[in-house]
Amino acid sequence: MSAPPVLELRGVTKFYGEREVLGGIDLTVEEGCAVALIGSSGSGKSTLLRCVDLLEEIDDGDIYLDGAAITDPGADPVPIRRRLGLVFQAYNLFPHKSVIENVVLGAVRAQGMAHGDAIAAGHALLERFGLAGRERDYPDRLSGGQQQRVAIVRALMTKPRALLLDEVTSALDPELVGEVLGIIAELKGDGMTMLIATHEMSFAREFADEVCHLDGGRIVERGAPAQIFSEPRHPATQRFLARLLQGTRG
Amino acid sequence: MHATPTTRAARQQARRQRARHSIAISATSTGVVIAGLAVAIVLSPGWRTVRETFFSWHYFKQVLPSLPGGFWLDVQIFLVVEAIVLALGLMIALIRTVRAPVLFPLRVVSVVFVDVMRGVPLLILLYLFVFGLLALGFSFIPSDETILAGAALVCCYAAYVSEVFRAGIESVHPSQPAAALALGLTRPQALRHVVMPQAIRAVLPPLLNDFISLTKDVSLVSIFGPLEIVRIAQINADQYFNYTPYIAAAAFYLVITLPLIRIVDHMRSRALRRQNALVLM
Repeated sequence: MSAPPVLELRGVTKFYGEREVLGGIDLTVEEGCAVALIGSSGSGKSTLLRCVDLLEEIDDGDIYLDGAAITDPGADPVPIRRRLGLVFQAYNLFPHKSVIENVVLGAVRAQGMAHGDAIAAGHALLERFGLAGRERDYPDRLSGGQQQRVAIVRALMTKPRALLLDEVTSALDPELVGEVLGIIAELKGDGMTMLIATHEMSFAREFADEVCHLDGGRIVERGAPAQIFSEPRHPATQRFLARLLQGTRG
Repeated sequence: MHATPTTRAARQQARRQRARHSIAISATSTGVVIAGLAVAIVLSPGWRTVRETFFSWHYFKQVLPSLPGGFWLDVQIFLVVEAIVLALGLMIALIRTVRAPVLFPLRVVSVVFVDVMRGVPLLILLYLFVFGLLALGFSFIPSDETILAGAALVCCYAAYVSEVFRAGIESVHPSQPAAALALGLTRPQALRHVVMPQAIRAVLPPLLNDFISLTKDVSLVSIFGPLEIVRIAQINADQYFNYTPYIAAAAFYLVITLPLIRIVDHMRSRALRRQNALVLM
């Protein structure tokens, strides 16, 4: 019998007031796979990730982590969040803490790791991702790309079962996008399970195992990247990709 | 047609000249204003009397030795009151921001407390606490006027300070606690390690401002008799029919308050510079 998928969403529905922002999302992320969510702003990608990390309560459906439902309304979300890593579009580093303090906070406070061990692990990860020597700097001394790499390291420190990446390159200058995507590619190589909301179509095409196009809170088309990008079937996906293509040309 | 290119040295020269020019103008205008004020005061018909009754060197020297002891009482009252104000103010602010349903009754009490304490003149509050509480006749209520007046100061200032803390907590962007929760921190942990340090940093200048007001309002306990500096000055003034003791007492306050005021100002401009730098980033 094969292991259950790392993440499974069944009929996930979310309302903001009367407005339906997610309308019955079904989605599976298998161990070591990367699923890319594409779609225009407001299509529900960020909300979906926030719901998976239990920062938002869903209104219907269920989310399973390693086969166990995590969206039981009576359950404490804190232990679940400790098993997932979320990286935000705007980095959300803690401005009053240095790089190393940002990185160890979750490991020490949430995972109960000894402070010395956390520092050592943090150093190792920062060094691996080209941030050696920046440990004592505060976030405002770092470029956007460096800040986002620190944010990724911070999320990795808690050894998440799956990494949720919310438009992690959208706030970056174009020349800095590469250094962050490089890390994600490396993590994919390590076998990290990932759910990625992204605007970087070339990246989704190259590294995603599956691409889902979200439109108006529903997945209107899903499939292998080659199929979605070369011969999209759904008219909404065709329009979306055509607009993107125009944007890159203009 | 080509104009002669301006060299870098010439531009710097012009910039320096402009700077010298504006310094000269501001120095001159400051001098003129101060001199004008001084002349106006000295030439006023009553200057001779004012100098005698407010700025008499003779009485100043006479009253000076009796003041430090009184001022020390003010400082002690201030330190105790301020410590309690900070703790109580923070507690009220937390009760009002944390949305736990258990705290609902406390939240209602806090809102009423803060509204009333901010809405009543401090002087009336002092009378209510000192005379009113004493009149209740409970044996557990201390009969010391200084303590009762101190309690009134605590209530008044805790209300203001709680509002300052609350503004600080609300100024922290929700993405910050969200990031802390995403790391697996509990809500109290997120508050303690992520929200509060940023909130307190944001409100240090207004917090220090309330601090400065309190240093001065401590002198209001003099109404009830304790021999603090304003009370001593008053006794001396009544005795000599001369107001110079008040000026001497004011000088003691300025020694404490002026540096604090400068510090607040400095922190403000630094915070503003940092904010602008962030916007430009």
